Amino acid sequence: MTDLATPLGDEVLALRAGDQVTLSGTIYTARDEAHMRMIEEGIPFEPKGAAVYHCGPVVQDGRLVVAGPTTSARMNALTGFLLDAGVRALIGKGGMGSEVVEQLRGRGVYLALTGGCAALAADRMSLKGVYFEDLGMAEAVWIIEADHLPLTVGIDAHGGDLFSAVHEKAKTQFHQRFNIR
Amino acid sequence: MMNPADSTILAAIADATERALAEAEIRLPPDVLAAIEKAAAAERGTVARRELRNILENIALAGERQVPICQDTGVPVVYLTLPPDIPFTPALNDAAREGVRRATASIPLRPNVVDPLTRENTHDNTGAGMPAVHVIPGDRLMVTVLPKGAGSENASRIGMLLPSQAKDIPKFVAETMLIAGGRPCPPVFLGVGIGGTFDMAAALAKEALLLPVDTMDDYEQELCDAVNALGIGPMGLGGDTTALAVKVKRAGCHTASLPVAVNVQCWACRRATVEVPR
Repeated sequence: MTDLATPLGDEVLALRAGDQVTLSGTIYTARDEAHMRMIEEGIPFEPKGAAVYHCGPVVQDGRLVVAGPTTSARMNALTGFLLDAGVRALIGKGGMGSEVVEQLRGRGVYLALTGGCAALAADRMSLKGVYFEDLGMAEAVWIIEADHLPLTVGIDAHGGDLFSAVHEKAKTQFHQRFNIR
Repeated sequence: MMNPADSTILAAIADATERALAEAEIRLPPDVLAAIEKAAAAERGTVARRELRNILENIALAGERQVPICQDTGVPVVYLTLPPDIPFTPALNDAAREGVRRATASIPLRPNVVDPLTRENTHDNTGAGMPAVHVIPGDRLMVTVLPKGAGSENASRIGMLLPSQAKDIPKFVAETMLIAGGRPCPPVFLGVGIGGTFDMAAALAKEALLLPVDTMDDYEQELCDAVNALGIGPMGLGGDTTALAVKVKRAGCHTASLPVAVNVQCWACRRATVEVPR
């Protein structure tokens, strides 16, 4: 088990798909709308070594109620500029497309957080601030302090992609079971 | 017969809807929890075991802190069981809507309901035709809620198979999860509707998710095995557990058709029933 902390550096390059890690330090939430806003207006936080969390939390009275990961693949076409700016880790669920696997090569990793584990995630996080609050609760960029978030390396910096490896195996199994050539 | 304007009953239905939503969002039913615990004990993959442990810890934390299990608190699907003396009037729909509005503020729930085209959010989880209210005739007045998250709902499929393709139903069900991969937050429960008409198959598939998941008949087990053979595993990271259970509901259909619907439900199979005091 590797314990990671932001800001992240070259230590992420040593990770391999399937490794289990924890992550502590400041992370930033961003979903579809926040990505589009950042592409237009710029990244409001220091992107070098940052971790971006695909999440639309429930916030009440300045407190995180629940904050689990959302489906990362929606951000496939919107992610390149973050990695170009120095973001080292993307956190979410379900994995990302082949273009992101290539964009992560030699630069960063995709970390999978168990989908639906919103209470667990909130238990390991505290709310520090917000950018783009006008985008609404789910779409704003929330500044979060993480404490040992339990994560699995889904995509590493060497082209290793656990999701596509599992998918290829599933396809083979499916074809064998149902005699598809 | 109830006077349709009987405000006491309507207030009680709104109250029961709010309470059922709180129960469903915060605590999983015992049969659902048991299915996840059983899978966690049997799972062989290291990554998969940790995912299942995270899920169990999350369920425990949600209960302790009285917070929703998942931040996608879903869209409310409501089943009203009406005894013979309660007529189904628009006022009952309004009472369920009021319960949803209150639950959104009190639990709190993420406001998820938007206009389908303008995407404008109503901020209270109601909208045109939402909550979906289904009426079931029964003996006692009860409100059942099934809050449905989008990740798994989006992976659901319907197929109008040919009458000669009954043997291809396991393939259709497994293919649904092959296409879905990790997106619907597996391990999943699958509600399968077979027969009826195009719309009825989908309704049956969703109703199948209300059935207890701690038992499966031979056919359901066959479908479940076909899915688990894929090895997609928890969150699509690989493992033995892709489907926790498959439940099937059937209806008669036209001799020339075979509608099959698969309603995908993430591991958080949230549902709760509250009897309305009278």
